[in-house]
Amino acid sequence: MVANFGYGALVIAFLISLYGVFAAIYGVRQKAPAWVESARIAMLLTWPLITLSALSIIFLLVNNHYEMEYVTSVTSNSMPFYLKVTALWGGQAGSLIFWSWLMSAFASAVTLRKWERDREFLPWVIVVSLVTLAFFILLSLFVENPFERLWLAPSGEIAPAMFQPAGATLFTPQDGQGLNPLLRHPGMIIHPPMLYLGFVAFVIPYAFAMAALITGRTDDRWIRITRRWSLVAWLFLSLGLILGGRWAYDVLGWGGYWGWDPVEIAAFMPWLTGTAFLHSVMIQEKRGLMKHWNMVLIILTYDLVIFGTFLTRSGVLSSVHAFAQSAIGPLFFSFIGLTFVTSLALLLHRWNELKAEGEMTSVFSREALFLLNNLLFMGILVVCFWGVIFPLVSEALGIVGQNVPALANIFTGQKVTVGPPYYERATAPLFAGLLFLMGIAPLSAWRLSTARTLGRAAWKPLIVSLVIVVIVFALGTRQWAALLGFWLCSFVSAVTLYEFWRGSMARHRKSGESLPVALWHLAGRNRRRYGGYTIHLGVVLMAIGIIGIEIFQTETQGTIPVGGQLSLGQYTIHYDSLANFDYADGRNVSRAVVSVYKNGNYVGELHPRRDYYYESQQPMTIPGVRSTMEDDFYLLLVDWQPISTQSATFKIYLNPLVNWLWLGGIVFILGTLIAAWPDKDPEPVVVEKRSPQVAQARI
Amino acid sequence: MGVQKMASVKPVVWSLIWLAIILLVLFVMVSNVLAQEPTPASSEVTDDQVNAIAKQLFCPVCENIPLDVCPTQACAQWRDLIREKLAAGWNERQIKNYFVEQYGARVLGAPPAKGINWLVYIVPPIAILGGIIVLYRALRSWKAPAGFSAAVSGQTGHVESTALPSDEYVRQLEEELRKRD
Repeated sequence: MVANFGYGALVIAFLISLYGVFAAIYGVRQKAPAWVESARIAMLLTWPLITLSALSIIFLLVNNHYEMEYVTSVTSNSMPFYLKVTALWGGQAGSLIFWSWLMSAFASAVTLRKWERDREFLPWVIVVSLVTLAFFILLSLFVENPFERLWLAPSGEIAPAMFQPAGATLFTPQDGQGLNPLLRHPGMIIHPPMLYLGFVAFVIPYAFAMAALITGRTDDRWIRITRRWSLVAWLFLSLGLILGGRWAYDVLGWGGYWGWDPVEIAAFMPWLTGTAFLHSVMIQEKRGLMKHWNMVLIILTYDLVIFGTFLTRSGVLSSVHAFAQSAIGPLFFSFIGLTFVTSLALLLHRWNELKAEGEMTSVFSREALFLLNNLLFMGILVVCFWGVIFPLVSEALGIVGQNVPALANIFTGQKVTVGPPYYERATAPLFAGLLFLMGIAPLSAWRLSTARTLGRAAWKPLIVSLVIVVIVFALGTRQWAALLGFWLCSFVSAVTLYEFWRGSMARHRKSGESLPVALWHLAGRNRRRYGGYTIHLGVVLMAIGIIGIEIFQTETQGTIPVGGQLSLGQYTIHYDSLANFDYADGRNVSRAVVSVYKNGNYVGELHPRRDYYYESQQPMTIPGVRSTMEDDFYLLLVDWQPISTQSATFKIYLNPLVNWLWLGGIVFILGTLIAAWPDKDPEPVVVEKRSPQVAQARI
Repeated sequence: MGVQKMASVKPVVWSLIWLAIILLVLFVMVSNVLAQEPTPASSEVTDDQVNAIAKQLFCPVCENIPLDVCPTQACAQWRDLIREKLAAGWNERQIKNYFVEQYGARVLGAPPAKGINWLVYIVPPIAILGGIIVLYRALRSWKAPAGFSAAVSGQTGHVESTALPSDEYVRQLEEELRKRD
């Protein structure tokens, strides 16, 4: 009953989406605003309808309706209530509904804005948003339907189907398989929603960009309208990535935060183009340049969002053959191809109308440095994209080797792994280049900077940063990569803090405000700039953490008896005891008690453990961590003697500075909040006109 | 005009060349650091020696999990296999080759550079180089309007003559703050 209700709501949402697309186009064709208004109301309706559908799934999950295939696959009797609710996005079918629900929420929100000055955009924003939404609902309705029930055929076979097959009876298992243990973590509860929010929010700026291309309103209005949407999308995507890193660190038990896994990269790629976009749109706003490029970036971001969902949802990552087995892969593939080609065709159609209004006048100007920044972001994107798809390309090209024996040695069709060694080597210099630009760009001016003016602005922070590196060197750091990294971090920090200081001092001198008040007002008056600088500081803190763990991480592993000791660096552990017991939520826990000593002094007790989930027969290694700003002492219980528990194998990671990564993440998000915080007057009415005279006068 | 064009293009070329050189140097240096591997002693096999090799191999059955941290029973056995090989006097290269022969190139963290796998290493640098060329051409196409060079030198002269940026900077900053972003 509830399942039919939820499915029905989804069907209606799908039909209404299609109707909205039709009504919006028809309204524009017939110049009939009433049709466009009808389309707008249709878009508003999708959200309550998909909400009903999502609530139906939650109802079924919470009430253990195991006759539902989805409920059986992601919940079990022993799971607590909150996990049953969040199991909505714990599996494929549910997470697609969740995607649609968030998408419809953003689409509805955008219809509620004031449209007076941008009437001509409205129908096309509706069309793009609803086409995207309709595609995802289509997947839920026909390919990954969360409302399918399990049916027992007379032959004894159990198969899922939406409607009762002839002669079959409903099959209700006593218990479900339960949620993947890896997903039973607070980080995993909020990490996917954040990522998805970031994903769907980027659809909105894309929709406006397409509206601008279709209507031919090719000024920077679409960018000004969507500035905050893009920032909010970026905020959620960043938050999703950071939380994902934290979850990996806490749950995966390999002492790291980022493994260059294709699933991680899938979410990272739209972030890269999104970040390039956030920088590049400023060139268009300030200088009237890069109009084509901004369109390309938002098109790429949109399609990478869909591609990211495709990568993680189609099974293509495990094998190209898995991709072919499910209809979801080809559907995604077609949708990405279609939207990409259509978007590019529209862009080419308007190519001549998107002419630059000014000229690039200096290679040291801020716009030129932003272009270099874009180049580096695109470089990282190419490395990531190629690394993710190469194993598939290699496997798929095996067919050439099979058919042409002469080429069999080249096109082996062998599955390969493109892992951390490839990504780290290829992206490290590009990231270093980005850090360097982060130090230089804030010192450059729009339009006109020369090497001399830039040098004058940079020498003070440069000296400060060099002094810091000398100190770091004197303290014993000899790895050149670390020294280079610390120099870049110090330089960017010095430049950024210097900018804050100069701005605050200027206000202080002019208005007599105290320095903290001046700083507060400075950031408040120009949130985008100082929010951006705060984000840069966050990146620097994160970079310090990354340098710490990537270059200075040490590890050891050893098997010791109760009472035995194992040492790493200044730390020694003392193995006290191990207990094994069952938990009410369906897991068997093996928990060691270990005392930790630093330089011979007792600093605390850690409890690394291994949880074994009976339902899914999956073990989870939960580390015991002693965390300080200096380092993390990260202890894993690898193995033990099951009967006597007399000896156990421990693995210790010493992760220097890793907490700076999380601290940087918080500063990063704060900076984004500052930049995205709504103004009292969200849309300034004055639109600056650019003409050569005005530009000249500004010099 | 031609001279002016040259004058505006030259710094673009140089900065791009410098960027390319800096990237190249960084690339080589970082690669070297990341490529450093400890070599195990053959006398007594410790867990750390096993992990040093297991770290570079990927679980042959799981997706994208390094062998040293994979919690499955199968991986524990593969780690024991590494231990046995080490005890038998095999070196790191031999053990890695053994795993590749047994389970295919997918056990390596990055594909060996042979056959079509070369593409993995060639495509990104070519694409980035292509990006640099596109950027260079774009910067060239935005060539300065006539008389711009004079304006630049005039502007630079102006900056030089105004003793120091501090007051000028404050003025500019205030002006920018007044403008809505």
